[in-house]
Amino acid sequence: MSFIPVVLWSDALVFLLVGVIVMAALYIRKREHLMLPWKRVARSNVALVSMLVLSVFLVIGLLDTLHYRAALPQSSNGEKVYSPEVLSAFDTLVGPLRTRTEKTYSAPFALHLYAKESMTDAQGNVVREYPRLQYGGVHLAHESQRNMDVLKRVANGGVVGFLFGCLLAWLLGRRVPRLPVQIALVVFATLAGAGIDLANAYHVLGTDKVGQDVLYLSLKSIRTGLIIGTLTTLVTLPLALFLGVAAGYFRGWVDDVIQYIYTVLSSIPSVLLIAAAVLMMQVTIDTHPEWFDTSAARADMRLVALCLILGLTSWTGLCRLLRGETLKLREMEYIQAAQAFGVSSMRILSRHIMPNVMHIILIALVMDFSALVLAEAVLSYVGVGVDPSMISFGTMINGARLEMGREPMVWWSLASAFVFMLILVLAANLLADAVRDAFDPRLNRTEGKA
Amino acid sequence: MIAYLIRRILYAIPILIGVNLLTFALFFVVNTPDDMARMQLGIKRVTPEAIDKWKQQRGYDKPLFLNTAADSAGTFTDTIFWNKSASMFVFDFGYSDDGRSISHEITQRMGPSLAIALPTFLIGLVVYVSFALLMTLFRATALDMAGVALCVFLMSISGLFYIIGGQFLVSKLWHLVPISGYIGGMDSFKFVVLPIIIGVVGGIGSSSRWYRTIFLDEISKDYVRTARAKGLSELRVLFTHVLKNAMIPILTGVVVVIPLLFMGSLLTESFFGIPGLGSYTIDAINAQDFSVVRSMVFLGSVLYIAGLILTDISYTVVDPRVKLS
Amino acid sequence: MTRLLKVDDLTTRLCDGASIVDGISFEIAAGETFALLGESGCGKSMTALSLLKLLPDGVENSAGEIRLGEIALDRLSEREMRDIRGGRMAMIFQEPGLSLNPVMTVGEQIAEVLALHKDMVGDAALVRSIELLSQVGIPDAARRAHEYPFRMSGGMKQRVMIAMALAGEPKLLIADEPTTALDVTIQAQVLQLLRETQQKSGMAMLLITHDLGVVAENAHRVGVMYAGQIVEQATREQLFAKPLHPYTQKLFAALPDAQRSGQALAAIPGSVPPLGSVTQGCRFAPRCNRAWGLCHEQTPELTTVDGRGVRCHLYVGNEDRGDGIERGQQDSEGSVQPCAIRESRSAILEVDDLKVYFPIRKGLLQREVGQVKAVDGVSLSIPQGSTLALVGESGCGKTTLGKALLRLNQPTSGSVRFEGELLQGDAHRNRMQMVFQDPYASLNPKMRVAEILEEGMAALLIGNDSTERQSYIDELLDKVGLARDSKWRYPHEFSGGQRQRIAIARALAVSPKLLICDEPTSALDVSVQAQILNLLKSLQQELGLSYLFITHNLAVVEYLAQEVCVMYLGRIVERGTTREVMRAPKHPYTQALLSAVPRIDGAGKEYVRLEGELPSPANPPIGCHFAPRCPQAMSVCAKRFPDMTYVGEVTHGVCCHLFPSEPN
Repeated sequence: MSFIPVVLWSDALVFLLVGVIVMAALYIRKREHLMLPWKRVARSNVALVSMLVLSVFLVIGLLDTLHYRAALPQSSNGEKVYSPEVLSAFDTLVGPLRTRTEKTYSAPFALHLYAKESMTDAQGNVVREYPRLQYGGVHLAHESQRNMDVLKRVANGGVVGFLFGCLLAWLLGRRVPRLPVQIALVVFATLAGAGIDLANAYHVLGTDKVGQDVLYLSLKSIRTGLIIGTLTTLVTLPLALFLGVAAGYFRGWVDDVIQYIYTVLSSIPSVLLIAAAVLMMQVTIDTHPEWFDTSAARADMRLVALCLILGLTSWTGLCRLLRGETLKLREMEYIQAAQAFGVSSMRILSRHIMPNVMHIILIALVMDFSALVLAEAVLSYVGVGVDPSMISFGTMINGARLEMGREPMVWWSLASAFVFMLILVLAANLLADAVRDAFDPRLNRTEGKA
Repeated sequence: MIAYLIRRILYAIPILIGVNLLTFALFFVVNTPDDMARMQLGIKRVTPEAIDKWKQQRGYDKPLFLNTAADSAGTFTDTIFWNKSASMFVFDFGYSDDGRSISHEITQRMGPSLAIALPTFLIGLVVYVSFALLMTLFRATALDMAGVALCVFLMSISGLFYIIGGQFLVSKLWHLVPISGYIGGMDSFKFVVLPIIIGVVGGIGSSSRWYRTIFLDEISKDYVRTARAKGLSELRVLFTHVLKNAMIPILTGVVVVIPLLFMGSLLTESFFGIPGLGSYTIDAINAQDFSVVRSMVFLGSVLYIAGLILTDISYTVVDPRVKLS
Repeated sequence: MTRLLKVDDLTTRLCDGASIVDGISFEIAAGETFALLGESGCGKSMTALSLLKLLPDGVENSAGEIRLGEIALDRLSEREMRDIRGGRMAMIFQEPGLSLNPVMTVGEQIAEVLALHKDMVGDAALVRSIELLSQVGIPDAARRAHEYPFRMSGGMKQRVMIAMALAGEPKLLIADEPTTALDVTIQAQVLQLLRETQQKSGMAMLLITHDLGVVAENAHRVGVMYAGQIVEQATREQLFAKPLHPYTQKLFAALPDAQRSGQALAAIPGSVPPLGSVTQGCRFAPRCNRAWGLCHEQTPELTTVDGRGVRCHLYVGNEDRGDGIERGQQDSEGSVQPCAIRESRSAILEVDDLKVYFPIRKGLLQREVGQVKAVDGVSLSIPQGSTLALVGESGCGKTTLGKALLRLNQPTSGSVRFEGELLQGDAHRNRMQMVFQDPYASLNPKMRVAEILEEGMAALLIGNDSTERQSYIDELLDKVGLARDSKWRYPHEFSGGQRQRIAIARALAVSPKLLICDEPTSALDVSVQAQILNLLKSLQQELGLSYLFITHNLAVVEYLAQEVCVMYLGRIVERGTTREVMRAPKHPYTQALLSAVPRIDGAGKEYVRLEGELPSPANPPIGCHFAPRCPQAMSVCAKRFPDMTYVGEVTHGVCCHLFPSEPN
């Protein structure tokens, strides 16, 4: 084999999460009443378009989760030696985007570097000049052809993408004829087609300080954002569900203890609590370098730990909500009917209370997702986010911020990070709204009472 | 009322003890002082002597909970827990790594923090509530839809963008106000105006939408129908009946943050170079100054609990049904 | 009399086109009360809101003319309409607790109307508000005007609502189920107040109700609504003498009372069709036993018969086809034998001196400072195979008692014997089960019917395996009259009546001998109520069940129960056989309760008007609990709670000083 698969901690947790979601989907599919709110979600065009956008992000994130280490050409003692660099399926897929690094900054579609360098010209004189990029637009015979070439590529790629998009839209339309979604699909494919064709020849979004393609960085950041937004829930969910429901159902001293715990936790301003925990985690990781065999593993551990900390500090809100709802539910007559049969508490919790608070959990989770993606950027800026070596929206912004003062300004990595983040969060917010509208029983005011 | 307040304050004590134990565990048990010393001094080539010196300088050279070597009272008092944690209950925060009194820094920095946070809070509240009322008044029309769409869009934008974008546009392109800095007194106006505007704009999306939900919740209640049946105009219904009732849920979210305004805003202060508590905290995090972080955690939770008590008191003002007892 | 309101062909639709109110026409004269009678979901409230143009979002008036005096309301702008609302036309609503603004004093809320329509502000408005409040019978009005609604009881709040409506001196008062949320004794007070006010001011009233009794006592003319249409319109006398439309006839027949205690009630099969589902033919045809082909094809027009309107094909061109139906004689669902009086039966349940107290905690350390004596020393016994009704107003502790028997509440003291055996702990749960009040809240929406029914069996280890239980579930569904395949469905697919059948099946699943029915029909429409009562009665016959029937509905008591206990503030004040208590009540409270129930025969009844309302069980009056409200209270009543004495028969007991225990 020319590579060995590497399963980082976050990968394993993502697989677990995907497994849970697939199982839940299979479970729901068979049950009409559970499908009902999802059908209501699907009725909204906005939600479907958001889902389309999110699923593109999701595919990129999942591809980026399949990690491996490539074999090196030389071998020692007949055993294969693997590169210490951990790559992902996504890296292989976009290959050139990753490998074609320039020396330093260059603007989108630029042919020259951002900074002047000393060069010797044909006459042997040393001049200060903007050097040509090593990769960006090298195929051009003359620099003046650039604009024409860009247009040509936009047209070529756009047409291919458009046709592909139409095909997809037609296939989709045979099952669910929804014009806005189909149009979105075509637009998306056209943009992607043009983008791919351009990215083959240019640095579409420019390059960063060490010459890495910003488009590549932005795409890689998606995984980090998604992981922060979803893995955190793996911690939040069981804690909030178990403690909230237990506090509401058993009341008495159980309630007192749980309320005490969450009042303590929520009384510490969350940024400070996260900062304190992350600082401490950093100390632990730094004092134990022997735990990690690659730098990717170390950065990944920090990411997982960050999710854990975010989860531990953010379960209180959901817990309080669930406690309140359980207090209401336990007075419902169907719970009393079950008690009248002597049904055990565990069974009442699992059969009667949990299914009836699920909608609250789902709404809270989708609403939290976008908040967490945004929080990642802020935390990374504050210095308590992901490992500085890990590509994320936060580290991109943090790195670019320092160049704000330059003339002319280096705006492109900042702008790409914000735009990518905006698209992700906006899609998530719109979907969250649709989910809330569909699941919240209080909002189903469609039928007027007569 | 008095009995209620006493009970609430008494109840705050175990909470604060909990906060204290939690931070203590976080800072001293998860990693020993030795680990921290090693980290601060650089992992490699650190001698045990250097570690001991570092610990001694900062008072970390004592046992955690029990000092068996010391005499009777010293068994408890001459420990890290007593010196570093318990002392916070009398607001004795000790000294930061660069040797300054933390309490003194806090009192110095509250002013600038408030100069930004208080106007942001007040102007924000007025703007958000007005915007939400406007959307409620035109509910289920195109105007409302556009307002909600705008809110969702605004709340999807990173807070960092508001700050960086604002600084770029107002300070760098238009040269209206300085990019950053702060001086005391009346002259501080030109330094605080941009952070305040950015703070207000940054919150429009989520806050206005939240208030709109509250107003819509209220407006679907029966007493609103009664008010309409009296012949009141929609505006009067909204302002006299709905607004009064909506104050109750609004207060829950709003009053609790008032004491926390003292803490300032981490991001705004550090971007604009405001010498407030927010930038103090962020600097401490970057410098890994644990004493300061610990103090801020404690101060933050004290203020939060004060906010909770204030919230309860404010209920008695707006809701005649609530009597504190 | 002059015509005040004329509604012509009023149609109200949902935005998706389903009509809620479909072509309604009626008139009201000044000083007259017109009642709109109908079951839930028939569109009567929407009719009222249409008049005021206060329809909720998503519902709109699509056609029709409304004239109030000389004003065409349908042509008015929103601004002009505001002068009408509260001024010429006022409305009071069903839930007085929710209809008042909780954070404004009642005085302010009344003053708002005065400022708007009478240009009265400041002191003048305050004085007038107080005047209005005392006019609607609020004691100490000057103080009450400065109070917030939460300090008042339901009946008081409804009085405040009436005062508010009267403030604008309206020509027309719309009362939307004004007493549905109130107890009978309070209902009687409020209805009387409405009648008196109307007499004094000469305003017209549109009374919206589902209660035939309320109509009988208050209305001059009646419109019966079904599924968005008025199916019959007549004067009260005409309607009560001889209802024409099959639906109205069925409504009358479905009312339970003592005369029919031996027979099954004439229940209307099925339930009210959902909005907009019937587009062709008569809306009642699917549930009508006299429908023929034409009824399913063509919508009948409102025909005039003897000066009254009826929307039925039976009366088109052939006036007398509607005859031959007399109340309560037709189509019993299988005749049920009259229950023989069972006297010497052994008791299945004996309760002795049961007390349920809830602690009140206060102060710094949350010390117990008092107790709510929800149930305060109740003793009762239920003979095997018979029904004991526990009657009382809300807050009297009857539900707490029922739940304490099942240990859903922990009793403070007292003993419960089941078939002579002293009950301790939870071991008796397969012998006693409960049917709850609200069929919408008593079934878990996330469980299939089969799972709901199986849960109790599994918990009590009944049936060896799943297949055995499944076949038993099929039997149960047969018993309660549901299709077997309904066990794979979820509760939301069923109507209220069907849900209550499921709830009954769930209770029966563990083969109990005693069912505690906690107001099982109070959330249901009259026609559906009859179905459930019939079911309970036939199950009793078939399975030899005993019932403890908790209710506030005295008509149901007479129909179903052999014995009655009347509860007031945690104690039983009168007990006896149904005949004794209902025909010859001895306790002043029972007498007041009975006289407060509006009767459809309406004739020759003496009111025992009760002042005030139920005191708090946390702080009951010293002596006889009822003394402060009792019209016949004596000095001894305020000192000592009377013991139970037996009058006449040994079965008829009463706790009242009017009946001193004979020294023996």
